[in-house]
Amino acid sequence: MTPAAIWTDWGEYLPTLLEGLLESLELCAASLAVGLPLALALALASAAPLRIVRWGALLLVEAGRALPAVILLQLAYYGLPSIELVLTNFVAGTAALGWITAAYGSEIFRGGIASVPEGQREAALALGVGRFDMYRSVIVPQGTRVALPALLGLAIQIFQATALAFTIGLPELMSAAYDLGNQTFRFLSVLTLAGLLYTAVVIPASFIVRRLELRMGRHLAAELR
Amino acid sequence: MDPFLTILSGLPTTIALSVLALAIGALVGLPLMLARRARILLIRVPARTAIDILRAVPPIVWLFIIFFGLAETGVQLSPFVAAVVGLGAISAGYLAEVYRGGLMAVDKGQWEAGQALGLPTRDTYRYVLAPQAWRAALPAAATYAIGLIKDTAIAYTIGVNEVLFEANHEAQLGTASPLAILAFAGLLYAILSVAVGVASRRLDRRLQLVVAR
Repeated sequence: MTPAAIWTDWGEYLPTLLEGLLESLELCAASLAVGLPLALALALASAAPLRIVRWGALLLVEAGRALPAVILLQLAYYGLPSIELVLTNFVAGTAALGWITAAYGSEIFRGGIASVPEGQREAALALGVGRFDMYRSVIVPQGTRVALPALLGLAIQIFQATALAFTIGLPELMSAAYDLGNQTFRFLSVLTLAGLLYTAVVIPASFIVRRLELRMGRHLAAELR
Repeated sequence: MDPFLTILSGLPTTIALSVLALAIGALVGLPLMLARRARILLIRVPARTAIDILRAVPPIVWLFIIFFGLAETGVQLSPFVAAVVGLGAISAGYLAEVYRGGLMAVDKGQWEAGQALGLPTRDTYRYVLAPQAWRAALPAAATYAIGLIKDTAIAYTIGVNEVLFEANHEAQLGTASPLAILAFAGLLYAILSVAVGVASRRLDRRLQLVVAR
């Protein structure tokens, strides 16, 4: 195939693939919207005074980290109907990837919260700030700032994992590419273009995260000195 | 045959896939890392681009490119070989970065000391830097290996008869509830991950003792 032919092909595939990419981004956004608040909740729960809360959080986190994403997706979509819970593929995808976000994110939040100097806690308690307000206004905001670059890195990984929603029939980028491949029998060309679209999102995003990491590293190091 | 035994029969393939992909990644990752650190721009930039692209494109897309895409050019690989090649290449990209991180963790003075003692560059790498870099890189490499085991589940999409493939097959036959089947398959991956985690922590402790002595 000549380069010119590939070029014409790609012009033809691009609108369909971009539609798929939009669906991928939507799934990613929904998963983060569900997963990140849950991640913070799990991070706080893992330090709860009640043992049963701690263990529950630990179980959710470890299961979310130990199971392959593709299995969680299938559990949500093909498995849950066994207990009369039928989800659409978008909701199933959001539930599975949201769980993974929560599991990995909680470890990141935990690290961020642990990095908040003990003096901040002592100061809040000395000022008579309640436990809830201490977390809400003192600990969590500072911990989240430290956790931010790693959380954005996680967001990129979740975006890459949306490709697995192909296995539950969600019309995201990977599915769009596969369908086009089946119609045109030009898998190499279509899939390469799809790969380039993933790259076009992931590489700039990673670059931004790295820059942020370096900048914040400098900033925080100066602050802690 | 019991459906759960059938799923279990996919385990050797899952393990073989993980081990072979990791071995390829560990071998190819080394020259890739050296190329990434090369002083010559024409070597460094392509290596960096390759590493970035290998890591940016989702594994499932790579597997489909290698299995379905290459077939169009006349290179028809078996599903297992395609999965090994694909996951091996991705591993090479990740492990190159893991190695690089390990090497950067070694104090600069070690390199200078090697040079000051008149060790040839090759020997400085081999006897001074590599053993220390390896120790620094081990935890990250183990984390990657665990991720890789989980990623091998994706190989079922191109028809590799590993654990998830057998599980899906059993679910389609309706021999047990899909929930139980998938949970069982997930449990197998979780056990493998935990085993690798425990083994790496043990190795890490042993290496630490060696260095401490």
